[in-house]
Amino acid sequence: MSSPMDGPMDGDRHGSASRWAGGPMSEPAEGAATAGDPVLLIRDVTKVYGEGEATVRALRGVSLTVEPGDYVAIMGASGSGKSTLMNIIGCLDVPTAGTYLLGGVDVGALDEVRQARVRNRRIGFIFQSFNLIPRMTALANVELPLAYGGVRAAERRRRALAALGLVGLSDRVGHQPNELSGGQQQRVAVARALVTSPTLLLADEPTGALDSTSTRDVLAIFDRLSLGGRTIVVITHEDDVAAHAKRVVRLMDGRIVDDRRQAPVDGPPPLIGDRPATGAMSER
Amino acid sequence: MNVLEITRFAVRGLTANKMRSILTMLGILIGVAAVILLVAVGQGSSDVIKQRIQSLGANTLTVSASFSGGFGGPAGRGGGGAAGPRTQARGLTLEDARAIASSGDAPSVKSVSPLVTSSSATTTYEGASHSISQVVGTYPSYFEATNKSVTSGAYFTNQDVTAVRKVVVIGKTVADELFGQVDPVGKKVNIQGAGFTVVGVLKESGSTGGQDADDVAVAPLPAVQQSLTGYGSLGGIVVQATSAETTDAAEAEITAILDQRHEITGSATADYRILNQASLQETVTEATGTFTVLLAAVAAISLLVGGIGITNIMLVTVTERTREIGIRKAIGAPRGAILGQFLIEATLLSLVGGLLGVGVAVAGSRFTIAGVQPVIVPQSIVLALGVSVAIGLFFGSYPANRAAKLRPIEALRFE
Repeated sequence: MSSPMDGPMDGDRHGSASRWAGGPMSEPAEGAATAGDPVLLIRDVTKVYGEGEATVRALRGVSLTVEPGDYVAIMGASGSGKSTLMNIIGCLDVPTAGTYLLGGVDVGALDEVRQARVRNRRIGFIFQSFNLIPRMTALANVELPLAYGGVRAAERRRRALAALGLVGLSDRVGHQPNELSGGQQQRVAVARALVTSPTLLLADEPTGALDSTSTRDVLAIFDRLSLGGRTIVVITHEDDVAAHAKRVVRLMDGRIVDDRRQAPVDGPPPLIGDRPATGAMSER
Repeated sequence: MNVLEITRFAVRGLTANKMRSILTMLGILIGVAAVILLVAVGQGSSDVIKQRIQSLGANTLTVSASFSGGFGGPAGRGGGGAAGPRTQARGLTLEDARAIASSGDAPSVKSVSPLVTSSSATTTYEGASHSISQVVGTYPSYFEATNKSVTSGAYFTNQDVTAVRKVVVIGKTVADELFGQVDPVGKKVNIQGAGFTVVGVLKESGSTGGQDADDVAVAPLPAVQQSLTGYGSLGGIVVQATSAETTDAAEAEITAILDQRHEITGSATADYRILNQASLQETVTEATGTFTVLLAAVAAISLLVGGIGITNIMLVTVTERTREIGIRKAIGAPRGAILGQFLIEATLLSLVGGLLGVGVAVAGSRFTIAGVQPVIVPQSIVLALGVSVAIGLFFGSYPANRAAKLRPIEALRFE
């Protein structure tokens, strides 16, 4: 592991497990993390929208296991159900049937407050459309999850600055989203997702709205995060993006049709070092 | 996630849309200012009326002849005796006044002043002419009983009364109309053809309900009878009680004496009535209280409308920021934090609006409104502010709840 991965990532899997100790979910969370259980365990998940004639079956029984440190790309054409799967994994939506364990915890069984806590601490979300909060500086945006997590102001600022440094935006901390380019906004979003040291980094078409240069920047960050041992799940329909992942899962019509491993779980991501890191990142 | 943090989010939310926030606050501002100011106006006019009643004379009772019977003021008697036989009604006479003054049966009575009045008396002085709305013929004790004092000259005396001297004390309006800048004391005026010498000018007492209380002239009783009214019955008797506490006792004593003199027994209706200043004041206080409550109710409606404005704008804000709420939820904002943020936004709107409203009301109370100097009632400030904050909480809770209940996925999909 390289030194640039210090800072907001210092809490690795074991670290985050210890933070959960004492919380309402402490026992299952600890058990999951220390025993090397899968980060993500989905079994026979289905999702049905609408009723009667207008019924849409977005997921028709998906089972998926993601090991700690894996870098999974979920691919599929539009309408294949990948966004629905993503929302379920991200605790934004609940499956119609099936079980979903995040670090050994059945998320669907949790109450509102605990679900919010799971979203806050265990999942880092990166959206296609960045979803930064307007009229708030990059720093304030990155600090936000920590604020909701109850972290003290000074500590929050330190971690947010470290996360922004990691994505090469130390010189943009005071800028509002509308003063940043798309690539920069997405890097702020990545920093925001990283800042709580989540067990799972979840990205929904993270490069869908970016040009090729920004896409390379963001994918390079993902590669380095994967190298640092972070578990990443990326939803995409682009082969270029999937090529960076250690494992590619293809969805079609709400079912998994292909599951291919490109690199071992505990090895480096396949395309790491293929291209030089960006200037901003090589400084660190 | 502490309250301070959430408050910061709320302030940021409000300042993001300054114009809208200001206009919403304006609604509450107007409501709060209206409540405080209108209550102040009510209080002010009530104070003025009380003051005027007191200026009419402290502890006084006015006895006047009653030919209608059956109808008495708050202090009148005989309301229940309408069924009884009615003897020939008699006017009040000088003897009635003497009886009240001299008999030992009225220990609560301090002074008795019989009155005759003549209205619209044309008065001239050299070239100037003025119609005095009320010429009063009475005894010198009248001045003390009715709280009238002179600014220049003197009162007339008991000697003036017994000697039937034609002297007069005139009101401020009369002095201004007839003499202008000239000092009227010692000058001779002609009232309805009779010559009177001005001995004094009364202190200005202001108008009472549209009637100019300074448009008067007060002269010795026999002089007025002789030249203006003739020697008929009295227009009334002003009785001063020894103290505020004895006015009711004095009223009872006068009633007893007059009942005997006018041969009013049992069920018969009295042919006079007594106006008790104290009970008049009570009635007026009650009336002005109702008036103030009415004003406050009207103002409260505007406060309510301001509150609905808050709900409206908060609903718009929640709808507009649905996506932001979704983002916040996706990164782990608990429901309480979202609820708190929007509740605090609404409460801040109403609190700041309310505080500004208090400021406006305090500033506005320095001016005379509709001829009344408003008197701020401190409780109305506390009440209006409290109500405005409560309105913020109450009217903000619906939109805030809606925001907090949004499912993150639905909020994020919202465009």
